[in-house]
Amino acid sequence: MNAVLQMSSVAVAIDGRPILRDVDLEVAAGEVVAVLGANGSGKSTLVRAALGLLPAAAGTVTLFGDPVPHFRDWSRVGYVPQHGPAPQGVPASVREVVSTGRLARRRPLLPSRASDRAAVLAALEVVSLTERAEHPFATLSGGQRQRVLIGRALAAEPDLLVLDEPNAGVDLVSQEAIAGALRELSRRGTTIVVVLHELGVLADLINRTVVLREGRMVQDTTRIASSDAHCETDASDLDVAPGLAAPWDEVR
Amino acid sequence: MLDLLDVAFVQRALLAAALTGLAAPAIGIYLVQRRLSLMGDGIGHVCVTGVALGLITGTSPTLTAIAIAIVGAVLIETVRATGKASGDVALALLFYGGIAGGLFLVSIAGTGALALQSYLFGSITTVSSADLWVNGVLAVIVIALAVALQPVLFSVAHDEDFARTTGLRVGFYNVLISVLAAVTVSLSMRTVGLLLVSALMVIPVATAQQFARGFRTTMLGAMTAGLLAAVSGVLVSTEVDVAPGATIVLIALGGFAVTAPAGMLLQRRRRARVPFDMPVPPEPLQVEEDHRHQHGPGCGHLAVEHGDHIDYIHDGHRHAVHGGHYDEH
Repeated sequence: MNAVLQMSSVAVAIDGRPILRDVDLEVAAGEVVAVLGANGSGKSTLVRAALGLLPAAAGTVTLFGDPVPHFRDWSRVGYVPQHGPAPQGVPASVREVVSTGRLARRRPLLPSRASDRAAVLAALEVVSLTERAEHPFATLSGGQRQRVLIGRALAAEPDLLVLDEPNAGVDLVSQEAIAGALRELSRRGTTIVVVLHELGVLADLINRTVVLREGRMVQDTTRIASSDAHCETDASDLDVAPGLAAPWDEVR
Repeated sequence: MLDLLDVAFVQRALLAAALTGLAAPAIGIYLVQRRLSLMGDGIGHVCVTGVALGLITGTSPTLTAIAIAIVGAVLIETVRATGKASGDVALALLFYGGIAGGLFLVSIAGTGALALQSYLFGSITTVSSADLWVNGVLAVIVIALAVALQPVLFSVAHDEDFARTTGLRVGFYNVLISVLAAVTVSLSMRTVGLLLVSALMVIPVATAQQFARGFRTTMLGAMTAGLLAAVSGVLVSTEVDVAPGATIVLIALGGFAVTAPAGMLLQRRRRARVPFDMPVPPEPLQVEEDHRHQHGPGCGHLAVEHGDHIDYIHDGHRHAVHGGHYDEH
């Protein structure tokens, strides 16, 4: 089987504190996988370990068949972090931020080629920010910034897109725009792994959900049709079950 | 004035100033972007030890300063990257270690306090043609790398984690920025002096970013501002006999002060002109689905109070009866 991402018996510790234990996850090409779980269950740690940003204390992580520490083909991977970069001292335009994603396919010191600039424009188009290309990144709304980060990940034209809570703190209009972009990418065959607090507007797009609780995977469901999951939801899983975690936060 | 321009040492001073004026903001912008504006100052203090080492061993103070500055800059970067101490504490340690080390070494030798002074405050008119060659070559290397590697250095300074996922060797480029900063500081010490080097790395960037909307335009603007300040500073100081280093920095500051009101006005107007997102609010999502029963108290679905009504959670979404359909929330 040609797994895009494979994690076997992965454990991750941060500052000696175990965050993930014994995680097995295999994502096949074309899948759209949602990683769900309560706050602190290890969702972000899972994707950061999958991308080699955190070392695995035990187990192995492979991307496109290569062990992550030796993985070199980074243009096949697009990462959308949960938080954009902290505000910085120097302005940067939307186009410049999106262009940094293209560096995976460029050689340092060489000027950008026409194909690079075209890919950046196409990425801006997908996240509907073409008219904002020259705007300073820092002056955008939270939702627009999130779209810039998605555009940045798309500039390399990746085969695997990893998103960490793309809808957190994002207005509904941007959420719809993000959902539209992801739907289009999925249709083109991009594999998507997305960390979510609730399925929300992405519900119809996701065909598999894995649920984390306290650093362990407690559920791995391939969704056949959305209504089938109806009566299976066990009351004891309510705090982590798909789509159920967030409403409480909102109500509070 | 025109006669003075024919004098060799004035020509050398102008050339040295021009190179410093271009190189300092070109690398300084990456420090400002990472909110390490004072790093130039920290390296400058470390250079004091390097200069003192050169003075007491009789070797070129510029070369010993470069060597020590690189060691110091890499040390700062290592401390910052490993997160062992916060950036400003790391800088403070180097500030005081560097300047104390330099003064200590000079006092051992018993000489050179005066010579040290010319590095602290700059002595652009004593630049020899040999100095100029070394400085010129190094300055051109710094400028070329800072400009040619701009996309990569920008990415690394902008978002380290993301840069890693594009395959960039983040650690290498971070050290490169530090080394280039160290070389720049060592070069600039003859022009503006170690105590004022950082000003030329930061002030032109601050001036340019008032008007620019992107990183590249800020960089070009900052290099222009740095060049203008450095050259006009040397010209003024040869004309009226004042300290060149201080004059250059005061002119750079003056440039910032003069443009600040215009910059503020421009930014306010830009902000006012940014069109608000006024999209049509999306229609409440109506999900076509078979409802086997009416939601109500005790229906088995999780009920959530939501303003003036009650939502019910099922199938991974939350909705409420509204008229003849269900509103998604």
